[in-house]
Amino acid sequence: MVAGFVATVFLWAAAPAMDAQEKNPFAGDPKVAKLGEYQFRLNCAFCHGLGARGGGRGPDLTRAQKHHGNTDGEIFHSIHDGIAGTAMPAATNGGIGVGMSDEEIWQVVSYIRSVEKKASALVTGNATHGKELFYGSAACGTCHMVNGKGGRLGPDLTSAGTSRSVDYLAESVRSPSKRLATGLSEPMKDFSQEYETATVVTPEGTKLQGVVLNEDSFTIQMLDTREELHAFEKAKLRSFEKTRESLMPAYDAKSLAEKDLKDLIAFLLAASEKGGAQ
Amino acid sequence: MKISLRNEAIEERFHDCAGRPLGGARGKKNRQPAPLEMTVLRLATMLFVVAFAVTALSFFAPQALAQVTFERLLNSSREPQNWMTYSGDYAGHRFSALDQINASNAATLVPKWAYQTMAGGKFEATPLVVDGILYGTGQDDRVFALDARSGRPIWQYQQALPVDIRPCCGRVNRGLAILGDKVFVATLDAHVIALDRKTGNVVWDVHAAEHAKGYSFTLAPLVIKNLVIVGMSGGEYGIRGFIDAYDAATGERKWRFNTIPGPGEPGHETWEGDSWKTGGSPAWITGTYDAATNTTFWTTGNPSPSNRGEGRAGDNLYSNSLLALDPDTGKLKWHFQFTRHDEHDYDATQVPVMIDDGGRKLIAQANRNGFFYLIDRSSGKLLFATPYGRVTWSDSRDANGVPVERKEASPTLEGVPVCPGAYGATNWMSPTYDPQTKLFYVTAREQCDIFSTAPQPYEAGHAYYGSAYFPNDEAQPFWGALRALDPATGKLKWEWKHTSPSWAGVLSTAGGLVFTGDAEGNVIALDAASGKVLWHFQCGASVFASPMSFAIDGKQYLAVAAGSALFTFGLP
Repeated sequence: MVAGFVATVFLWAAAPAMDAQEKNPFAGDPKVAKLGEYQFRLNCAFCHGLGARGGGRGPDLTRAQKHHGNTDGEIFHSIHDGIAGTAMPAATNGGIGVGMSDEEIWQVVSYIRSVEKKASALVTGNATHGKELFYGSAACGTCHMVNGKGGRLGPDLTSAGTSRSVDYLAESVRSPSKRLATGLSEPMKDFSQEYETATVVTPEGTKLQGVVLNEDSFTIQMLDTREELHAFEKAKLRSFEKTRESLMPAYDAKSLAEKDLKDLIAFLLAASEKGGAQ
Repeated sequence: MKISLRNEAIEERFHDCAGRPLGGARGKKNRQPAPLEMTVLRLATMLFVVAFAVTALSFFAPQALAQVTFERLLNSSREPQNWMTYSGDYAGHRFSALDQINASNAATLVPKWAYQTMAGGKFEATPLVVDGILYGTGQDDRVFALDARSGRPIWQYQQALPVDIRPCCGRVNRGLAILGDKVFVATLDAHVIALDRKTGNVVWDVHAAEHAKGYSFTLAPLVIKNLVIVGMSGGEYGIRGFIDAYDAATGERKWRFNTIPGPGEPGHETWEGDSWKTGGSPAWITGTYDAATNTTFWTTGNPSPSNRGEGRAGDNLYSNSLLALDPDTGKLKWHFQFTRHDEHDYDATQVPVMIDDGGRKLIAQANRNGFFYLIDRSSGKLLFATPYGRVTWSDSRDANGVPVERKEASPTLEGVPVCPGAYGATNWMSPTYDPQTKLFYVTAREQCDIFSTAPQPYEAGHAYYGSAYFPNDEAQPFWGALRALDPATGKLKWEWKHTSPSWAGVLSTAGGLVFTGDAEGNVIALDAASGKVLWHFQCGASVFASPMSFAIDGKQYLAVAAGSALFTFGLP
C-alpha cells in the first residue's frame, strides 16, 4: 500500500519531467531560435564559433549528424549534462559560459536546428575512392588514423567528419599551417596544445624533428617523425626550435585535384557518421 | 555548516604537537577570560605553557601577540614573518622583507607541505599568516586555519552556498582580512562573515545583497581601523555595484558607496536612461590604504552589459575607475576612469599600487586594457599612460593623455578582432612593487579576441553580457610574460616569457627574488634584477593565485596555491 503510493507519486512526479527533457517544447518556432542564437553566442560560441560553424576547440554543429546523438532530447542532454570524456561541460552555473536554464537550453536546441545543413548538400564526393586515396596515393594514413587504422603523428581523424565543417577540413588539407590542429587539453588551461613542429638537437648531438605533444617553460614532450616518443629538459638540449609550420605537407590542386579532395572529405564524413571505416 | 576539528588541547591557544605555542596570548590582558570551572591541573598546565611561551617566543619569533590590532596592520613591515593583509601591506606592494631565501640559495628550494582543499575549480586565494597560524580560503567559500609549520588543519569552515548563487567566473574566493580575534570572509552568496580565529565559529553574518540577482563577493576584505571594507562582484549580471564598510565588532553597516551615482548625484548623467540601474561597475579586488592622508583606493570593473555599449551611452561612471575614498565615511575624494564606456570587459580591478618616488605620491596600475598608468594619488591626475602589452582598442588620447576607444574596435554582430582580449593584458592576479629594485612586476597576457555583440534584455539574475567573445585564431600563438617595468616611465626593464598566458600573480622579496607561476603548473623564482630563472617546481595544475611569504621558527616559507592545493616551499 505504502509502496504503491510511493510508486504512484514517483511516476506522477517523474513522468512530466522526463517528457520535458526529451521533446523540444519550442520546436519550429523561429522566434525561439533567435533567442537561442543569443544564448548560443553567450554560452557556446567561445568553442563552437559564431554561427555554430565550429572552431579550433568545438565541433561544427551545423552538420546534421551529431557525434553524440541527433534527437532533440540527446542534444538537450549533451548541453545540460556535458559530454563525458570530452571538453564539453555541463550547462550548470559556472560550468558552461554563463549557465542556462532548461528553457534556455531548448532555445539553443531550436537555434542549432535552424542552422543545420544537410550533409548531402555539402559534399558529393565518392567515399570509396576517398578511402583509397587516404591509405594510398595521398598517403594521409601514414600520419593520420581513422577508426584504428593509420599513423599516429597527426591527429586521429575518426570523428573529424562530424566535428569539423567541410570548409575547415578542406582548409586543413590545402593549408595545414593556417590553423594548427589542437591536441592535449589540460583541465585548468585556457588553451589546448597545438600540433606545432619542434626541431631539437639532443644532449648527445642527435637531431630530431617531430610534433609537440605537450610543453611547458622547462620541458617538452614530442613524437618524432618515426613515431618515437621523447621527453626533454629544454635547458639540457643543444638546441631547441619550434615553429607553427605544420609537418603536414600542403596539398595544392596539383598534388590533390579538387575532385579528389571532395572524395577524401566524403570518406571522412562517412567514416565518422557510421562509426566505421568504409 | 561548520566542520570543527577542535580538540581540548586547542582551547585557549594554539599549540603544535610539541606543545609549543603557535603565537598564542603573551600576557593576561590579551587572553580570553578563563572558565570558572577550570581545574587546578589545567591551570598548572596553562602556567607552564605561558612560561614556555615566553621562553619559546624569544627563540622562535621576534614578536607574537594574540590580538591583531590596526596598529600592527599599519606597521606590518615591523613583523615581516607575518602576512596580515591580502597584499602583505596597505600599499599593495606584495613585497616580503624576508631575505633568508635569496638569489644565492633559491635553486635549493624544496616543497615543505601541501594542503588539499579537494575542491574543483580555480584556487585564487592568498593566505594570511599571523603568529604561526595560516588562515586561508578556497573554492566554494571554504575557510581554514592551519598550523603553518606542518600544514595540518586546526579548524575548517564551509559556507553552505545556496543553489541560486550567480558566480560569473568560477566559485572562487581570494582570501581573508584579520582584526582582533576575528577573520573576515566575503562569500559568493553575498554574505560578509566574521569568524572567531581560534575556533572558526561564526561571530556575525550579514547578507549584503540579493545573491539570486547576481550579487556576489569574491575578494579578500580590507580592514581599516575598526571597519571591514568589501566590494561587490556581479558585473556580468547587471547589478549596481557598491563598496561597503562594516563594523568589525558587530557587523553593523557603517557606509555604502554606490559605484554608479544615483539621480541627482554627480556622474549620474554619464548613463543613458535607466541603464544606471543595471550598469554593473563592481569592485571585486581588494583596495589599498594611505594612512598619511586617510584615503583608501579602490578600483572598479566593467559596466553592464560588458561588451555592448548600445543602451548605455556616456562614460558610465564610475565603471573601470580608480576611486579615492575616505574610509571613515565612504565619501569620494576623487576618481580617475581608465576605460570610458567600456565595450571589451576591461575591468580596472587590479590592485592599485601605492608608490612614493622622491616627493611624489603615486598610484601605479598595469590595467587590464593594456596600458600602464601612473597617477598622482593626492589629486587623481594622470601623469602618463603607456602600453605594456599589445593594444589595438585605442590609438588616440584625449587632451589629458587618457587613451580613448577606437571607433572600429566597437563590437559588432559579425565580430571584430581586438587586443587585448576579454581576459585582458593582465587581470586580477596581483602585480608587485619591489622597493629595492624600484621595479613594478606584472603578469602580462598576449591574447587577442573577436568581440561580437549578442543583444539581450536585462533579466534579474540572468547573465547580462550582451556579447560573445572568443580567441582570435588568426592572432595565434597566445603567450604571456612576466614583465619588469620601471614605474617612473612605464618602460620594460626585462621580461620572461611564459609558454601560454598565465593567471599567476607576482611576489617580490628582499632576497632579490620575484616569484610567480604559470598555466602549465610551474612555480618559478627569478632574479629580480635580471629576470633570470633560478628555480622552478611543477605543481601538477595551473597556478591561479598570487604567491606570498612568511616565516616561522626563523625559517622563511613561500606559499602559493596551484590546482586544488596550497603549496609551501623552503630551504632544505
